[in-house]
Amino acid sequence: MLVTINGKQYEAEAGQTILQVAKKHGLYIPSLCYHQKVGVAGKCRACVVEVEGMRGLQTSCSVVVRDGMNVSTRSEKALQAQKLVVDLLLSSGKHDCLSCAQNGKCELQDAAYYLGIERPTLVFSDLEPHGDESSEFIKVDHNKCISCGRCVAACQKTVTNDVLDFGYRGANTEIVFDDGKLMGKSTCVQCGECVQICPVGALTEKKVAGQARYWETEKVKSVCPYCGVGCTMEIHVDRKLNKIVRVNGDENSPVNEGMLCVKGRFGYDFVDHSDRLTSPMIRNDDGSFRKASWDEALDLVATKLNDIKVKHGTDKIMGLASAKVTNEENYTFQKFMRTVIGTNNIDHCARL
Amino acid sequence: MKAQQLKIALRNCGFIDPEEIQDYIANEGYLALASSLSGSRQAVIETIKKSGLRGRGGGGFATGLKWEFAAKPEADRKFVVCNADEGDPGAFMDRAVLEGDPHSVLEAMAICGYAIGADEGYIYIRAEYPLAIKRLRIAIAQAEEAGLLGENILNSGFSFKIKLKYGAGAFVCGEETALIKSMEGHRGEPVSKPPFPATKGYRGKPTNVNNVETFANVPAIINRGADWFAAIGTEKSKGTKVFALAGKVKKVGLVEVPMGTTLRQLIYEIGGGILGDKQFQAVQTGGPSGGCLTVKHLDTPIDYESLIAAGSMMGSGGMIVMDEDDCMVAVAQFYLDFTMEESCGKCVPCREGNKALYNILHKITHGEGTMADIDRLKELAVVIKSTSLCGLGQTAPNPVLSTINNFYDDYVQHIVDKKCRAKRCRALLEYRVVEENCIGCGACKRACPADAITGELKQKHFIDQEKCIKCGACHQKCKFNAIAID
Ligand SMILES: Cc1cc2nc3c(=O)[nH]c(=O)nc-3n(C[C@H](O)[C@H](O)[C@H](O)COP(=O)(O)O)c2cc1C
Ligand code: SF4
Ligand code: SF4
Ligand code: SF4
Ligand code: SF4
Ligand code: SF4
Ligand code: SF4
Ligand code: FES
Repeated sequence: MLVTINGKQYEAEAGQTILQVAKKHGLYIPSLCYHQKVGVAGKCRACVVEVEGMRGLQTSCSVVVRDGMNVSTRSEKALQAQKLVVDLLLSSGKHDCLSCAQNGKCELQDAAYYLGIERPTLVFSDLEPHGDESSEFIKVDHNKCISCGRCVAACQKTVTNDVLDFGYRGANTEIVFDDGKLMGKSTCVQCGECVQICPVGALTEKKVAGQARYWETEKVKSVCPYCGVGCTMEIHVDRKLNKIVRVNGDENSPVNEGMLCVKGRFGYDFVDHSDRLTSPMIRNDDGSFRKASWDEALDLVATKLNDIKVKHGTDKIMGLASAKVTNEENYTFQKFMRTVIGTNNIDHCARL
Repeated sequence: MKAQQLKIALRNCGFIDPEEIQDYIANEGYLALASSLSGSRQAVIETIKKSGLRGRGGGGFATGLKWEFAAKPEADRKFVVCNADEGDPGAFMDRAVLEGDPHSVLEAMAICGYAIGADEGYIYIRAEYPLAIKRLRIAIAQAEEAGLLGENILNSGFSFKIKLKYGAGAFVCGEETALIKSMEGHRGEPVSKPPFPATKGYRGKPTNVNNVETFANVPAIINRGADWFAAIGTEKSKGTKVFALAGKVKKVGLVEVPMGTTLRQLIYEIGGGILGDKQFQAVQTGGPSGGCLTVKHLDTPIDYESLIAAGSMMGSGGMIVMDEDDCMVAVAQFYLDFTMEESCGKCVPCREGNKALYNILHKITHGEGTMADIDRLKELAVVIKSTSLCGLGQTAPNPVLSTINNFYDDYVQHIVDKKCRAKRCRALLEYRVVEENCIGCGACKRACPADAITGELKQKHFIDQEKCIKCGACHQKCKFNAIAID
């Protein structure tokens, strides 16, 4: 079907909402609570548009398109409302983009920029700092939270951990962990799903603070090195320092749909840890190690394995494979154990 | 002819013993249920449609049509819900019906259940209504015992049970979708419509929600006929409406008048006029988010459309009369304080916007407003109304808009002259010593907590405006009428 948005016709599918059609064709409508993973919330009201034949403003995230529908996302009335709603959000919080980890990928910032809001105009008092740094990996800044509800829906419905919810009412509404515990004292498993889905800097990775900005990092697609689930991840690398700044789940991966667990998301320090082995080591007679070349090390291992095989038989050797390597590598390993060594003593740590 | 009350919803209140089902039965009680059960479901809906009855909970939606919507879908379960949350401050129409005539609501719910195909009904009632709860419990038990509720009512094959659910008193839980959420044990937050409860309500099943007063009209309509009811009222608003008349009128309390009665008739003929025969200034209809109407609206007939056209609304029946001593800016601030506190916080315009409205009003009543603030109020109000998710936010700015429209000068006076004509805004008062009257007794000086008063004994005293915190202590203490308030 065809839908007209701001005077131009666009192809749309039955069942799509106005916002979905607009997004698909690269048209921007401010929208702060809708996310494809958690669905329509109808909470932010920043996405209001005018639709011919419908009375008043409509939330584009919830109205399903009809053939021939005529939508205006930039009518005077729609823009005025979008602008005031975003102004209210900026005014009721405390936003310091300069120091915010979300700067550059913040949906509130994007909306304010699009609407030409230079500074909040409805500030009546200064806010006291109101945060929660009790969690190992996640920083909460309630003054930046816009109560969009994405994190709550994600924690309850996507990862089904049921930790997050809204507490209090009216303008005092805020996210709470387990009915009001500190995040670090709650049953939160620090999967970070809430951080990834938060449109603003209210939930951020502690490790990111002060690191390369979002636009400075290269996004490298990879597979999580931990368990056998094999979640797809998007690794944000600061190329200047050759350092990992952040790990996100890949929202488009059928394996994990953007989700990761605490290890996959936050456990990347080993990559450039000083204790990490970067070359083979051979044990000296006194028990200490010395660096060796791959050739020397492999020769040594081959000789020793051969010795055991000759002296004690092949079944005195066993192999334990790792979940950190790929299926192909595991396959090769068992092939090696069975055909080259000649034993069925092969096992796998299946998880890590 | 003087306007008179006409009691339909309150027909039995005060006349029968609400704890005695026989009293109700002796007054045509359960006759309507019996006659409904002997006819078709569609016939019941047709009668209600033809009567022109509209919802008394605020929205004024046609009741018969609503029943028809709930009757239509095929579903394994359906529910009837009676909205007895009555959260408007000062309103007690529904409480009066439930305390005075609980069976009329039970009977109507059973009729509705028959009409839409539901076998279970719930009354969502605020826990602060213990007497109403007690009487409902007694009434349900008596009706069950008499075979008028429960299995196979009057051998018709139709079964209907009624249970109570208790609300914790949040105003927004009176909104039907929030009410259903609350009944299901969730946070009492409204959800966008559609889907309407008639298609997807309690536990996801088709549900018909009506207000107490709406239900209370139903048995009378069935008994006396749709035409009788449709003959009362105006073209589009039929029957009567109960109001909780309050504020500066001589006779406060519940009144039930035919639709079409004018505000003037209600206030002067039924309410007896303004207390102390002072000057009428405004009347607020529609509860905390209605509008404040003024002298020029006094001849507005009370019906759904006319009140909206005048800038207010019917609401559930709160009506507060204000006299010349009320400050209309402070009144707007008072209502915003209420709606701001009662906002559930789900959507941005209502959650943050009403707070912003309140803050601007606070500035104005404290002498810190600017003329630009009036435009800001209007702009905010319009956006909050057009973007909020539920009726609370969509109507909360009404008191602000209507007072700006009807009492613009009051705003200007607060902003430009830094004065409150009604002397209600404390921050704008000026306490001054009236020199001719001051004998220099020093009582004011001793009473002043801010050390703002200077003067020697037996000499004229003086108030330093910079220091004065407007507590009024000097005014109270002075026995010689020597402290004036400007
Ligand atoms: C904020 C808000 C509060 C409401 N409170 C009540 C209430 O206390 N009682 C009531 O009957 N309806 C209330 N309503 C209206 C209900 O949503 C609903 O329209 C009504 O119960 C339907 O019944 P009716 O058609 O018989 O009026 C409220 C609506 C809003 C938006
Ligand atoms: S959350 Fe967004 S708008 Fe707020 S400070 Fe951070 S980047 Fe700026
Ligand atoms: S980190 Fe995971 S478990 Fe913890 S609050 Fe966020 S989504 Fe819930
Ligand atoms: S923390 Fe983020 S995702 Fe959660 S409600 Fe606040 S702004 Fe939304
Ligand atoms: S460790 Fe966690 S993130 Fe990594 S693959 Fe397993 S579940 Fe996914
Ligand atoms: S309008 Fe107000 S009460 Fe209604 S959903 Fe929005 S925040 Fe809640
Ligand atoms: S109003 Fe209070 S503070 Fe002001 S002069 Fe009188 S006593 Fe003192
Ligand atoms: S995106 Fe539509 S209401 Fe938030």
